[in-house]
Amino acid sequence: MSFFRVEKLVKRFGGLTAVNDVSFDVKQGEIFGLIGPNGSGKTTTFNMISGTYPPTSGKVFFKGKEIQGRKPNRICRLGIGRTFQVVKPLGRMTVLDNVIAAAFSRESRMPGARKRAEETIAFCGLDPVAGMLAKSLPIAGRKRLEIARAMATRPELLLLDETAAGLNPTESLEAVELIRKIRENGTTIVIIEHIMRVIMTISDRIHAINFGQTIAEGTPSEVAANPQVIEAYLGTDYA
Amino acid sequence: MKKNAVPLVLFAALAAFPLVVTSNYFLHLMILFLLWVVIGSSWNVLAGYTGQVSFGHAAFFGVGAYTAGLLSQHLQISPWWGMALGGFVAVLIGLPFGAICFPLRGAYFALATLALGEGMRHIATISESFTGGMMGIMIMPSFVSKIPYYYISLALALLSVLSIRFVIGSKPGYYFVSIREDQDAAESLGIDTTLYKNASLAISSFWTGMAGAFYMNYMGFIDPHVVFSLHEYSVMAILVAIVGGVGTIYGPAVGAFIMVAVQEFFRSGFFGLFDYLGRTTGMPAFASVSEIVRQAHVLGFGVLVVVVILFLPNGIVGDWGKIRRNVFRIQPTR
Repeated sequence: MSFFRVEKLVKRFGGLTAVNDVSFDVKQGEIFGLIGPNGSGKTTTFNMISGTYPPTSGKVFFKGKEIQGRKPNRICRLGIGRTFQVVKPLGRMTVLDNVIAAAFSRESRMPGARKRAEETIAFCGLDPVAGMLAKSLPIAGRKRLEIARAMATRPELLLLDETAAGLNPTESLEAVELIRKIRENGTTIVIIEHIMRVIMTISDRIHAINFGQTIAEGTPSEVAANPQVIEAYLGTDYA
Repeated sequence: MKKNAVPLVLFAALAAFPLVVTSNYFLHLMILFLLWVVIGSSWNVLAGYTGQVSFGHAAFFGVGAYTAGLLSQHLQISPWWGMALGGFVAVLIGLPFGAICFPLRGAYFALATLALGEGMRHIATISESFTGGMMGIMIMPSFVSKIPYYYISLALALLSVLSIRFVIGSKPGYYFVSIREDQDAAESLGIDTTLYKNASLAISSFWTGMAGAFYMNYMGFIDPHVVFSLHEYSVMAILVAIVGGVGTIYGPAVGAFIMVAVQEFFRSGFFGLFDYLGRTTGMPAFASVSEIVRQAHVLGFGVLVVVVILFLPNGIVGDWGKIRRNVFRIQPTR
């Protein structure tokens, strides 16, 4: 039984096939990269996994259970956390309250939820801004808050959608460090990322898609050497 | 404990009020104020905390009032039993409505609540054999004195505010605010948004229904145009919360006090000032000014709300820090 598997996922929006027959298998404890040019269907794949919308066809398995088509809040409670590419801070709540709200998914009483939230905030390095309103955070802080919130729901599998986008080089290094720390803590990670330096250094394996279809899968160096991947990113001249 | 000092002192003052002030006129105004604390706080749970704006709270108020009135009229049951039931019947109306309309977001949900309020008014008007239609319902008041009503409304206000404060400070409260801030993010954090929106609606409709049932007991007469009134209840509930502070625990209480005072200020022609001037100077102009002022109370609300929204967008309680700094010149204490 695999830890997490998507099987022949398809998503059609009217006449547009955003994701077409994508399958991959994620082992427990690994960091699995999902890459592809803009509009290739990465976020759509995440949305199908996390329950934002059901797949047109195909299956998602998590710890042996079929989970496709369930509501996002159910998916979260099963142990799959996610962050959003376009960050969604709960603006008029403090950073701490954002994370407390997430921690309530595992602890129904206030003291327990607060304790868990404080631990998560410390783990993610947000303690200096814990009392600030989420809307007043700069982008790096908001990205970090997305991760902290997802972590407070105690996921076994964490879906990270472009966590390093919009960050400066120092900030993205810090993000990589945090992601590594999360994995060492025992959380399996599937990550979408455009910044090659980030995804190539951090991933154990990478799955590349273009126009909704799988074009390559393998270790970072294998995928980087794949002609179809080079073509998708740089054009036929380089392939 | 210092945090609770102001509410405790205010509560003590409210409890002692009828011992000090025996005028029925002021007791009546205070009962109205306490009634509006209940309605404003209820509206605030659903709209202020959960972000589901309602233009139809008159529906719950009216249903509560009619529950008490109809039980008394058809089954000769004391309308005070109706008061115990009024809140639950309002929830019975609220939950199916929520099940149907919560998939709607933002302005579309607000429009649906408007339809609910107006729909309930028409139902109460048309079902003449059951509700008495436009004839309304009249019952004999239980007490001659206003003091029992005062204490009942005080208990109602206290229980509603305290229960809401408790809920807001615990898990459901965090979930309500999360839904208000971003419904999709809330879903991703394991929050069943449909369930918690309905929970919020249930709390909100329950206390509004209780207020309606109390109104039936207190006033002794209701008709569809009074208790299902769009501007008297649905809109007034919004104004009470906006003036006091949307999404704050004590905001609606402050708003209720101000709105009842402003309403009375206009209704009485600036507390009888113009009538007095008319009598003492003998000039008929004052009498007509008095008449105009009485009819202009809606205009007065409008101006007040515009001023509040412009200068205190978070209401008096929500922008209290701003008021302290700019009006009283008090720097925040560190």
